[in-house]
Amino acid sequence: MNVNIELYASLMKYLPPGKHRFRREIRVDDGITLNQLIRQYHISDAEAHLVLVNGHFVNCGEPRDQRVLVEGDTVSIWPPVAGG
Amino acid sequence: MSWTRKLLRVDLAKGTCTSEPLNMEWAALYLGQRGLASKYLSEEVDPTCDPLGAENKLIMATGPLTGTMASTGGRYSVITKGPLTGAIACSNSGGFFGAELKFAGWDMIIFEGKSDKPVYLLIQDDHAELRDASHMWGKTAWETDDIIHATHQDPQMRVACIGRTAENGCLYAAVMNDKHRAAGRSGVGTVMASKHIKAVAVRGTQGIGNVDDAGAFMQATNDGKEVLAENAVTGQGLPAYGTQVLMNVINGIGGLPARNMRDVGFEGAENISAEAMAEPRKSDGKPNLTTNGACFGCTIACGRISTVDPTHFSVKDKPQYQGASGGLEYEAAWALGADTGVDDLDALTYVNFLCNEDGMDPISFGATVAAAMELFEDGVITTEHTGGVELTFGNAEAFVAITEQMCQGGAFADDLGLGSKRLTEKYGKPDLSMSVKGQEFPAYDPRGIQGIGLNYATSNRGACHLRGYTIASEVLGIPVKTEMNDTDGKPELVKAFQDATALVDSAGLCIFTTFAWGMDNIAPQIDAACEGDWSVENCLEAGERIWNMERLFNEAAGFTADDDKLPKRLLKEAIKDGPTKGQVNRLGEMLPKYYEIRGWTPDGKVTDETRQRLSL
Ligand code: SF4
Repeated sequence: MNVNIELYASLMKYLPPGKHRFRREIRVDDGITLNQLIRQYHISDAEAHLVLVNGHFVNCGEPRDQRVLVEGDTVSIWPPVAGG
Repeated sequence: MSWTRKLLRVDLAKGTCTSEPLNMEWAALYLGQRGLASKYLSEEVDPTCDPLGAENKLIMATGPLTGTMASTGGRYSVITKGPLTGAIACSNSGGFFGAELKFAGWDMIIFEGKSDKPVYLLIQDDHAELRDASHMWGKTAWETDDIIHATHQDPQMRVACIGRTAENGCLYAAVMNDKHRAAGRSGVGTVMASKHIKAVAVRGTQGIGNVDDAGAFMQATNDGKEVLAENAVTGQGLPAYGTQVLMNVINGIGGLPARNMRDVGFEGAENISAEAMAEPRKSDGKPNLTTNGACFGCTIACGRISTVDPTHFSVKDKPQYQGASGGLEYEAAWALGADTGVDDLDALTYVNFLCNEDGMDPISFGATVAAAMELFEDGVITTEHTGGVELTFGNAEAFVAITEQMCQGGAFADDLGLGSKRLTEKYGKPDLSMSVKGQEFPAYDPRGIQGIGLNYATSNRGACHLRGYTIASEVLGIPVKTEMNDTDGKPELVKAFQDATALVDSAGLCIFTTFAWGMDNIAPQIDAACEGDWSVENCLEAGERIWNMERLFNEAAGFTADDDKLPKRLLKEAIKDGPTKGQVNRLGEMLPKYYEIRGWTPDGKVTDETRQRLSL
C-alpha cells in the first residue's frame, strides 16, 4: 500500500530520492505500524519528537507501536523544534 | 548587583537630561526592564491619560543581566501606555542597543512631556543631551540610523529610532534598533513620535561592573550556555531554521489561521516556510535565507538574514532592496502571508524589509491588511478607498503596492494605520477585527488550541503570544505535552507561563531561552548577578507581582472583565475542515478558574488579599 511521509527540518535528509520538498509517497507493507515506519527510516525516538498521522498527534512509545497505518495515511515527523 | 543604579530622566519640554538614582527598593521587588519600568510608569503616569498626550511617559529599560555574559543578555524593553490598546504596553527587543545603553552606565531612560520640535537623544557614557533632529524628520528608520552614524562617525554607536509610519500616526508603529530589531508591538513607536523623539543614539565604554558574585555568576552563566548548546531546540533547531520552522507544524496540526482567521489551514503555508526559505531558487541558485544572526551575547542565534530574488517584481527595479537584510520570522510570515492569503515568499520578504525600514509591527500590519481585504471582498471598501489597488486575499502585487502606500502615507495609509479594530468600526463591521483589547492576534488559532486563547484574552497588552507561550506545551511538548483541545488544567498552565515570562522579560534575557531553561537555570544567574535573594520561588513571585501590577494599571485605565474576551468568530464559527474541524474556543470554561487561581474576584478584579500577598 502507499502512504505519504513528510520529514521536516533536519529530518529532510532521511527522505529517499524523488521527494518533493519534504514529502514523498512511499510503498510500505500492509499492516505496518507507525513505529516500524519510523525505524525503517533510522529516525531515533529523540528525533521523532512531533509525529502526526493525518494531522493528529501520536505520542511516543506504545501509541506509536499500536498505530497501524492504512492506505493513503500521511505521516508527518519533526525533530524538537520551537519558535514564536 | 549589575544594575548601574542610575536612570536618565529626560524632560522634553525643558530640554533637560538629569541623572537620578534607581529606586533599589522597587528593584528588589520588580527586578528591572519590564517589571521595574512598569512600576515607574504605574507610579508616575495617570492610567487614564491620553497615550499620545504629554502626560504619558516613554521608558526604555534594560534588565540587570543586559550587557552581561549571560546568554541572550542583550535585551531592552520600551514601556508606556499604548495607543493601539489604551493598556499598559511593553515591547521587548534584542539587537545591540540595550547592552550599549548599559555600557554607557544607565539602567533606563524615562522620557517625559513633549518636545516642540524633533529631537534625538545623544548618550555618550555619562554625557546625555538632546539635539535637533529636524533634518531626520520624514526619514525612514534606516536613513535615520545612517544619518546618525555619518554625523558621529562612530560605528559602535547604537541607534533606536522611528520611521515614517510612526510620524504619520500609525497606531502600531515600532521602535527600531540596529535597523532590523524591533520593540514592535502596541504602538510604542507612535508614542515616541508623539513626543517628537526621532532617535536615541548611544555609545557606552564602561562595561558591566558590580556583578554581585562574579565567580558564581560565571559558573551559572556557563552552566546555562551548556544547557542551551545541548538542547536540540536552542542548540540546533533555532539556529538552523529559525522560528519559521513552525509554519508547517502549526499548519499541520490545524492551528494556522488564514485570511483574517476566516479559515484555518493555509494551502500556501509550505511555500513560505523555513524549508522553502532554505531552497535554492531558479534565478540565481541562491536560497532566500542567506545566514542566521544573533543578538548581543546570544548563543542561540535564531535571527534570519535573507535576500529577495533580484528578478522578483517587487525589487527588480530597486537595487537598494536586493542586498541581505532582516528576513521573515514566523509571526511576521504568518501575518503578512497566511493571514492575507499571500504565499509569495519574495513578496513577503520585501514587505518585511519595508516594515523594518519604516518601523511598523508586521503582525498588526498584516492582520489589519487582512481585515481590509475581507472588507474589500465584502464590497465595503472599494478601489476608490485603496487608490486603485484590488485588495483581494492572496494578491501579492496588491499587498506590495499597499505596503508602499503605507510607508509613504496618504488617505488609505491613515485608514490602515488605525489598526483592525478602529478600521472595522469605521466601516461598520467591528466583528471583522481579529484582536483583543484592540491588538491583533499572532499566528496560532485559539479554536484549535484552547490555552493560547485564554492567554490572548487575558494578556495585559492585548492579544499576544509572548505574554504566555502555552504553544510550547500544547503543541511543541515543551516542557511536557498537554492536549490542545482540553480546557482542564489550562488556567494553571496559562498563569504559570505568564508569570515566568514576566520575570524573564524583567531580567534582560530572551524568552527563547525558556525552550531549554527552566526557572532553575535562570534564577541562579539572576541571584549571582544581583544583590538580594533571587531563589526560584522569589523569581516566580516577582513574575506574579509584575503581572498583577500590569493588571492594576489596566483596571485603573478603565479595563474590566468585559475586555478579557475573544472575537465572536473564534467563539462561534467552528473550524470548517482539517484536523481541528468543528472546534471553537471554549474561553467560558477557563476564565472563571483563571480568575480564581490568580486571586481575583469572579469579575476579574485583583483582590486586597492578593495585593497584600504580593506587596502591591
Ligand atoms: S534567541 Fe534569537 S531573538 Fe533571542 S536573543 Fe538570540 S538571536 Fe535574539
